[in-house]
Amino acid sequence: MQSIVEVKNLYISFNEKKVLKGVSFSLEQGECLGLIGGSGEGKSTLLRSIIGLEHPSSGKILFEGENVTNLSEEEYISIRKKVSYVFQGGALFDSMTVYENLAFSLREHTDYSERKIREIVLYELKEFELEGCEDMYPVELSGGMQKRVGIARATISKPKVILYDEPTSGLDPYKKRNMQNTIMKLQKRGTTSMMVTHDMSTALRICDRIALLTGGKIKAIDTPKNFKESHNVLLNNFVKGIKQGENHESA
Amino acid sequence: MNGFTQVIHFLGGIALLFRDIVLELKTKPFYFKIFLKQIYEIGWKSLPIIFVTSACAGMVLTLQFGLTLEKFGGKIYSPKILSLSIFREFGPVFTSLILAGRVGAGMTAEIGAMKVTQQIDALLALGTSPIKRIVIPRYLGGLVAVPILCLFSCFVSIIFGALIGYFELNLDLFYFFYKVFETSKLHDFFSGYIKTYFFSSFIILTACYFGLKVSQGTYEVGNATTKSVVFSSVLIVLGDYLLTKCYWMMV
Ligand SMILES: Nc1ncnc2c1ncn2[C@@H]1O[C@H](COP(=O)(O)OP(=O)(O)OP(=O)(O)O)[C@@H](O)[C@H]1O
Ligand SMILES: [Mg+2]
Repeated sequence: MQSIVEVKNLYISFNEKKVLKGVSFSLEQGECLGLIGGSGEGKSTLLRSIIGLEHPSSGKILFEGENVTNLSEEEYISIRKKVSYVFQGGALFDSMTVYENLAFSLREHTDYSERKIREIVLYELKEFELEGCEDMYPVELSGGMQKRVGIARATISKPKVILYDEPTSGLDPYKKRNMQNTIMKLQKRGTTSMMVTHDMSTALRICDRIALLTGGKIKAIDTPKNFKESHNVLLNNFVKGIKQGENHESA
Repeated sequence: MNGFTQVIHFLGGIALLFRDIVLELKTKPFYFKIFLKQIYEIGWKSLPIIFVTSACAGMVLTLQFGLTLEKFGGKIYSPKILSLSIFREFGPVFTSLILAGRVGAGMTAEIGAMKVTQQIDALLALGTSPIKRIVIPRYLGGLVAVPILCLFSCFVSIIFGALIGYFELNLDLFYFFYKVFETSKLHDFFSGYIKTYFFSSFIILTACYFGLKVSQGTYEVGNATTKSVVFSSVLIVLGDYLLTKCYWMMV
C-alpha cells in the first residue's frame, strides 16, 4: 500500500502554546483512519494542517510522496482540489442557498453545464436526505442538516481524500447510522479518509485503523479489533472515558 | 501591540494585500457577477445617503458663504467659492468619509463574520482564493462606484446650493449655474476626481485587511469594524493633504 499522506514529526503552536509536539503517522491508500483524543488536544489542528490551513513550526507533511509543508497559497490549491475537508461546524456559506453551497466546487473547478450540475446536486441532496432544501439558506436549517450539507459539499466533487472533523456529532441515532453508511459507501468507491471523532461506536464501526492523540503526540495507532482488546492502559482509560462521557450526554 | 507598531502592521498589511490583488488579477478566474454585485452594493445602495449628505452640505456651504460675504456686499461670489470648494475638496473627501462608514464598516463586519464562522477557511479548503473571490471584486467594484458617487455628490451639492442661493440669498438660478461653470476649470474638477480613486482604495483595502485579520470571535468583529472606519478615515484626510500637495506641485 502506498501512503497518501505522511506526517513526520509535526510541531504546531499558537503563540506560546504548543499544541502538537512531534506527531507522526501515515494515511494509507483507501483506508479510513480514525483520530480520537480529548477535547482541545489538537485533532482539528492536525487535520487542518494537512490542507495548509495551519502552518507547522517544524516537521513535514508529504502528500503522495511530495513535500507539501508550507507551500504558497497558490500551490495549495492543487492539493485542496484532491483533498476535501468537512468542517466541525459546517462552515456553510451563509449568503448562498443549500443548492449553491453544493454546486460551489463544481462551478469553481469543472466546466460542467448548469444542467449537469443540477443533476448532480439533486442526486447528492437525495443521498443525504435533504430533498426540498435546495432553496433554503443555511440559517434555516437545523444543526444536523447543516452538518449533512457540509459533508455533501465536501464529497460532491469526488475527492481522492476526505478529512472529516466530527461528521456524526449532532445527529440522531438513525441519521448517524445513515451517515456511517454514506461514509462507508464513499470508502468503497476508493476514497481515502481520515476522521476526527468523539464517537467510539462510529470509529469502531467504520474505521480501518484508529489513532489516539494525547499530549501532542500519537500515542497509539491500531485496528479497531486490537483497540478493543488492547491492554494498553492509556487506551483503555481513554475508551472507557469516552464511553462514560457519551452516556453522560445521552442521559 | 502598541499604537505605533499597529500602524506599521496596518500599512504593511494593506501594501501586501494590494500586492496580492495585483498578482492574483493576472490569473483566472475573475468573478464578474460578484464584481457587478459589489458595484450595486457599494454604489447604488449608497445613493440615498450620499444624496442627503451632499444636498445638506451644498445648502449649508452656500448659506455660510452667502451670509458671510453679504456683510461685505460680496454674496454674488458665493457660487464661485461653492463650486471650487465642492469640486476640489468637499465632494471627494466628504463622500469618501461617508463611504468609509457605510461601505467600509459593512465590508469589515461581513468578512470578519465569514472568518469567524470558518467560511474563509471553507473557501480555501474548496480550492478557491479568498483574494480572488472576496477582495478583488470588492476592490474593483469600489474603483468603479466611488468616483461615480463623488461626481454625483458634487452635482447634488451644486444644485442644492443653487436652490438655497435662489431662495435665501436672492441669487438668480441661471446666474448661479453660469458662475459655477465659469469658475471651475477642468483641472479643478480633476484635482478632486483623481483623488477618489485613491480614497476608494483606502476604504476597500482597509476594510478587507481588518476583516481578514479577525481570528478570535464576534467580539473582535466589532473591534475590527471600528478600526476599519477609523483607519480609513485617517488615511483619507491625510491622503487628501498629500495628494493635494502633489497635485499643486505638478501643475
Ligand atoms: N487559532 C487559534 N489560536 C489560538 N489557539 C488555538 C487556535 N486554534 C486552536 N487553538 C488551541 O489549540 C488547541 C487544539 O485545538 P483543536 O481545535 O485542534 O482541538 P480539538 O482536539 O479539535 O478539540 P475538539 O475535540 O474540542 O474539537 C486548543 O487548546 C485551542 O485552544
Ligand atoms: Mg476539533
